[in-house]
Amino acid sequence: MIERIIIAGSGGQGIMLMGKILAEAAMLDNLHVTWFPTYGAEVRGGAAYCMVIISSEDIPSPYIEKADTLIAMNEASLLKFRHRLRSRGLLLMNSSLISKSIKTNASLKVYAFPFTEAASRLGNIRVANMVALGIYIAKRGIFNKQIILSIIERIAPAQKRDLIEVNRQALEEGMRLVR
Amino acid sequence: MGRLAESKTLMSGNEAIGEGAIRAGCDFYAGYPITPQNELTAYMARRMAEQQRIFIQAESELSAINMVLGAAAAGARAMTSSSSPGISLKQEGISYLAGCQLPCVIVNIMRGGPGLGNIAPSQSDYFQATRGGGHGDYRCIVLAPDSVQEAHDLMMLSFELADRYRNPVILLGDGMLGQMMEPLKLAPFNSLKRGKSKQWALTGCLGRQPNVIKSFYMQEGQLEEFNRALQGKYKRIQMQQQRWEELYISDARVILVAYGTMARITRSVVRRLRQRGERVGFLRPISLWPFPQRAFRRIVERRPRANLLVIEMSYGQMVEDVRLAVEGRLRVEFLGRSGGGIPSQEEITRATARCRRR
Amino acid sequence: MKRIFSHPKALRKVATHYCPGCGHGIVHRLIAEVVDELRIRQRVIAVAPVGCAVVAYHYWDFDGCEAAHGRALAVATGIKRFRPENIVFTYQGDGDLAAIGTAETIHAANRGENLTVIFINNAVYGMTGGQMAPTTLSGQKTSTTPSGRQVSLTGYPLKISELLAQLPAVRYVERVSVHSPQEVMRAKKAIRQAFINQIDNLGFSLVEVLSACPTYWYMSARQAMDWVRDVMSKEFPLGRIR
Repeated sequence: MIERIIIAGSGGQGIMLMGKILAEAAMLDNLHVTWFPTYGAEVRGGAAYCMVIISSEDIPSPYIEKADTLIAMNEASLLKFRHRLRSRGLLLMNSSLISKSIKTNASLKVYAFPFTEAASRLGNIRVANMVALGIYIAKRGIFNKQIILSIIERIAPAQKRDLIEVNRQALEEGMRLVR
Repeated sequence: MGRLAESKTLMSGNEAIGEGAIRAGCDFYAGYPITPQNELTAYMARRMAEQQRIFIQAESELSAINMVLGAAAAGARAMTSSSSPGISLKQEGISYLAGCQLPCVIVNIMRGGPGLGNIAPSQSDYFQATRGGGHGDYRCIVLAPDSVQEAHDLMMLSFELADRYRNPVILLGDGMLGQMMEPLKLAPFNSLKRGKSKQWALTGCLGRQPNVIKSFYMQEGQLEEFNRALQGKYKRIQMQQQRWEELYISDARVILVAYGTMARITRSVVRRLRQRGERVGFLRPISLWPFPQRAFRRIVERRPRANLLVIEMSYGQMVEDVRLAVEGRLRVEFLGRSGGGIPSQEEITRATARCRRR
Repeated sequence: MKRIFSHPKALRKVATHYCPGCGHGIVHRLIAEVVDELRIRQRVIAVAPVGCAVVAYHYWDFDGCEAAHGRALAVATGIKRFRPENIVFTYQGDGDLAAIGTAETIHAANRGENLTVIFINNAVYGMTGGQMAPTTLSGQKTSTTPSGRQVSLTGYPLKISELLAQLPAVRYVERVSVHSPQEVMRAKKAIRQAFINQIDNLGFSLVEVLSACPTYWYMSARQAMDWVRDVMSKEFPLGRIR
């Protein structure tokens, strides 16, 4: 089993965190996993992406040439990475920030939802990443909700415990969207 | 799904190296920021303070390595870290550390060169690390991990070897290893009583004759004698510290040789080709200096008709050591890319097929 | 009979390699006397420079360390931070401290490292054969300024002590000379103060010593002493700077 995920968007969208949560979940499942970030000279507002590989075997390189899944949190990242998806790959798109006119390969399994709008309905625009993660775990079925929630609870800063609840709601909202 | 992993932590290579240093009993860190190893410097800033040990952000790499020299001379387990251009700046200090026979650990998270190059992963500092890099007839022990776990574990070994041989040890990784996260099983804390056994260290001459730490020998013949002693030490290290990993050598027709990040990619190509029944072997030098010549001599004896394929993220540096080790008795081919390019699994597979046909 | 003069314990009984009239021997001895008087011989660690005093550790009878050219204050920082209970000083010339090691000097001072710096300014490079130093005077002939230092090409004599005195973490800066017995006594007092400051954890202390180099000033020893008094100390005024 191998699952190669590219998560891409812009700085501030919680891209790195999504990847780390998936990587933690894989680690807790005793799978091989690598997480690899963008590291560039731009600090703010630039493109942000990370690559997560989850496998039952040794992982050769953390860098992904062909992805099984792309989670595109905005239009620029969709354009940058759509050609990296293998045929019949899974594409999750944030339609709040991606225009409908953009064509994607017909062989892909595409799920386009307004992650950002769903997050603002929940009262915190920053949990759009958790909406996406909810859709991802519902569609891929490699991790259950409980494991993801336990990781969020563990990594949430002590002074921001109230964030856990809105993250949980966002995760569930994502799962509901594709039910 | 597998059973729940016990006591593992998700860490980047840079952080795992830092935590390895902490657990190895590193007393002193001095460094200067440079991508792609900044997480290591920041990690040390936090953890060294927590442990009430010494962290200094120096004004330059030059200053950082010389602070390390001072701390090492005073008996500390001392380290610095940087990336390629910064390591070039440290070469003066590394030569002095070698000349003063001071133990220390130097981490190089390599990036593309020459010059400012870029910040992409690279293996083009192999010559610099294994040949000396600075002036004079000296060697650093060079260890090259290929995973976050091994980077962590080799830090423990690095400090141990540095102290045992009173010699600088370089941990050679690249941007990919530094930046990537993997699950890590933390090593136990080293419980040694630090600084106690270093009779040569500068502590003030209470109850003993004064100690002097120096690499300066002006009287006729003195320096030659000192260099002979150094070479004796290097011989001992060559005898005792060759380290490597090998797979499927016994019946291999083509043996793929790679280290560090490149070895991860190469190993998985080898496994896949084996599953197809192809007689492909794998050899990964872990100590780049001393180079694991013993492993290659054994291949020459056991597989005298095998071809070797060396794969690097450079335009051919370690391949020279492989050629020296097999002394022309085996065919040695090379595949390499540099400046941010990494040979892909497909490229390696194709190059392996070419080797087999020869 | 009361003993009023003897060989300092901290100074080895060996002949130095310094030229007649050179100031290094005097300053070495002053340091040794101060180390004895403060009873710190078994705590002190010297960091020697590259320059004429490169083997200074052979003349003192306490622990010593070499440093690459200019890096003495980085090395001393490493030693002192790891062993704060020891008394660590650097002994550096003008090239070491104010040319190739300027960055190390300024940043160690700016961090307020609890160190003692003995800075020997003789306005010339002795060890390498009499080239221009950062402190070479305007018009002074050296092997690399054969027609005299031209400030339009090579800059002005660098007053690093005055520069360092601007830094808030610097505790003490004084410029002294060793061209006459009175000045030698004053120099000793300043050196003593710089060591006491470290013992009392007061931070960075530097004593600049104007010192003669008859060989590369192309003068007799006597003329060189007069030149320090009449010329050099006009460019580099003696006294407390901070």
